[in-house]
Amino acid sequence: MNRRQSLKALSISTLGVGLLVESCKTSTKQVDVSNVDTAVGLEEFEVERLKQLYAQPAFFNAHEKSTLVVLADLIIPKDAVSGSASDAKVVDFIEFIVKDIPIHQLPMRGGLKWLDLHCLNTYDKTFVDCTNAQQIEVLEQIAYPGKTKPELQQGEVFFTRVRDLVGTGFYTSAVGIKDLGYVGNVPNIWEGVPKDVLKQYNLSEV
Amino acid sequence: MGDKIQIKKSTEQYDAIVVGSGAGGGMAGYVLANAGIKVLMLEAGPFFDPAKQSKQLQWPYESPRRGASTTRAFGDFDAAYGGWQIEGQPYTTKDKTEFSWFRAQMLGGRTNHWGRISLRMGPEDFQPTDGLTDRWPITYDDVKPFYDKVDKMIGVYGTNEGLRNEPDGIFLTPPKPRLNEIFIKNGAAKAGVKVIAGRGSVLTDALPGNKDRGVCFYCGQCGRSCKVYGDFSASSCLVIPAIKTGNLKVITNAMVRQILTDKEGQATGVSYVDKTDGQEYQLNAKIVILGASTGESARILLNSKSAQHPGGLANSSGVVGKYLHDSTGASLGGFLPQLMDRKRYNEDGVGSVHIYSPWWLDNKKLDFSRGYHIEYGGGMRMPNYGFGGGTPKMNGLVPDRNGKTKDSGGFGATLKDDYRRFYGTQVSMAGRGTAIARKENYCEIDPSVVDKFGIPVLRFNYTWSNEEVNQAKHMQETFQSVMHEMGAVITTKIPGADTSYGLEAPGKIIHEVGTIRMGDDPKTSALNKWCQAHDCKNLFVVDAAPFVQQGDKNATWTILALSMRTTEYILEQRKKQNI
Repeated sequence: MNRRQSLKALSISTLGVGLLVESCKTSTKQVDVSNVDTAVGLEEFEVERLKQLYAQPAFFNAHEKSTLVVLADLIIPKDAVSGSASDAKVVDFIEFIVKDIPIHQLPMRGGLKWLDLHCLNTYDKTFVDCTNAQQIEVLEQIAYPGKTKPELQQGEVFFTRVRDLVGTGFYTSAVGIKDLGYVGNVPNIWEGVPKDVLKQYNLSEV
Repeated sequence: MGDKIQIKKSTEQYDAIVVGSGAGGGMAGYVLANAGIKVLMLEAGPFFDPAKQSKQLQWPYESPRRGASTTRAFGDFDAAYGGWQIEGQPYTTKDKTEFSWFRAQMLGGRTNHWGRISLRMGPEDFQPTDGLTDRWPITYDDVKPFYDKVDKMIGVYGTNEGLRNEPDGIFLTPPKPRLNEIFIKNGAAKAGVKVIAGRGSVLTDALPGNKDRGVCFYCGQCGRSCKVYGDFSASSCLVIPAIKTGNLKVITNAMVRQILTDKEGQATGVSYVDKTDGQEYQLNAKIVILGASTGESARILLNSKSAQHPGGLANSSGVVGKYLHDSTGASLGGFLPQLMDRKRYNEDGVGSVHIYSPWWLDNKKLDFSRGYHIEYGGGMRMPNYGFGGGTPKMNGLVPDRNGKTKDSGGFGATLKDDYRRFYGTQVSMAGRGTAIARKENYCEIDPSVVDKFGIPVLRFNYTWSNEEVNQAKHMQETFQSVMHEMGAVITTKIPGADTSYGLEAPGKIIHEVGTIRMGDDPKTSALNKWCQAHDCKNLFVVDAAPFVQQGDKNATWTILALSMRTTEYILEQRKKQNI
């Protein structure tokens, strides 16, 4: 098979690929020449697990969710290149991932509480009700690991986790991938580093 | 599962039963089926055809967990079904020693997701001259014709270099290096480390004479297995073609419990549990070929006790399970500041390595006896779960746009700018070295634990020696030196003596070999030089269990060559009516 033929074969085999569409049954027990083309055997537990996760009630309550939206957009705001974290539905991703990876749950719930209590003590308001300037003032104190005052250490740990989840959620979304300029994941031919790039770095091909 | 269990005995007799469908079992099934032999293959997992079930070309957002490793150890898109732990199928460790066992139960086994790094072992790997470990009963010259045949049949890219212990092969065109790999190569040269083109079983050119497999289209996703069969998986390249001959039948979800033997001690067939109905089935065959994996094949033999084989089948020597060894592994990460704000273009390349460093030093001058090779990573990769975590650390290590070095971390517009600036700057290096085969490192049957099928499980006992620790120390020194010479900033905390220099726990590199070793002396080995059991003439082992001592080379290419060699021997012996 040459490259053109393999791409044609590929376009046929990827038709209809979707997340839950793949929940084909694995009833085929014996595979021989008569049924090799139709035998499929996916891990049913993976599909079952997703169904169960989607059936669960929301982990974050409305207040927690609105706090996360504000936090996420402070971490990744809209700029000239792309939209904000909430434009990329980052909080929906976080809602899913804390169910999928439950070790996130306690630090997220407790961290959001910590943030609100810190804001109530400092500004007499919860985080979402603080002014933008106050919100930024809080984050400035917990966004630089190693520079945080000892009494705000728990806030730093929480913020680092939120920042990582927001960063992952944004840059693995279609909006974020475009922002980053990742142009792969498509059939192509790799012919080495482009000539202008080699020239830019004063390199010769090796 | 049905409530009541029955043992269902078949009266049919197959010419051969192959246990396992990975590199070893797949090759055995392929060679036998193409020779016209009626073969039955038993696979512990489900059917898997990469053309239909691979997650190749899916985007991270097509996974609700963005590719996180919640249900698959190497992430949602990885092809392996199974992992470090499988529900209801435990393994244990002895005396607080460590061993991690990765199992993929599916057609093609672990070859569906492996790195496709396809290295031949060299003359000194088969016949070491330092006296530290036993020599193989065969030499490189015995295996070379089979390596050559595997190269031609399956396809591997690389360059002929004329190196003493890194044999040349029959190579397809290697992919050109990526930008970071040119920096690595130049930095390594200054550090005195040789870098050559990678060697991987990916079809960078059409494979002459093969109409079923497509050519690589450079998505860099071999770990997901290839829909056009552009890389080597035992499923796509061996088992499915063998089924199409009409001579091979595969029973999936068949977990083999033991090999059955007769009064003379010869193998008569196998007993397995069907995972879908919970029933026990017994099948008959003239020959039994084990390719269930280094751990699983040893487990089956040790569980196949009888009056003739009281210590387990093929184990009158007592060596089955012993001499278990995995490759060593250690790694270091960093980034290249000179690549910040780099131009975007597609550099996915192939999913195996574009470059690597074969072992380049003389161990006589070092405090460890065997070498390692280095694999390199980095570049503008598709973002996945975990992406972005490095940026708030890196952004305080170099000056920003205004020439001022700020504190690491942050948020908002400047952090967003940093995610873009640092994208594609990261580099990593990982050593994969020879671990010493030692009798004291072993797996055995745990006397008190069974899995959900009632099969006694493996218990591992494995510790590293100074040989491996000193090698890891040397790896770390080399990595730092290469990073320094290429102008990279190291971001990994440099591991010290307290963590054995970042030496990964045994098993973690998933190169375990050696549990059913071959040899000329039946007192110290389980198999003869044809991988035929000394104690049982119609039993053969074709996975990595027969390895006497690995080199620093990934095991798969040698498994394929040895399995082909053993299976051709079986065909000859059948003709002579010896088995």
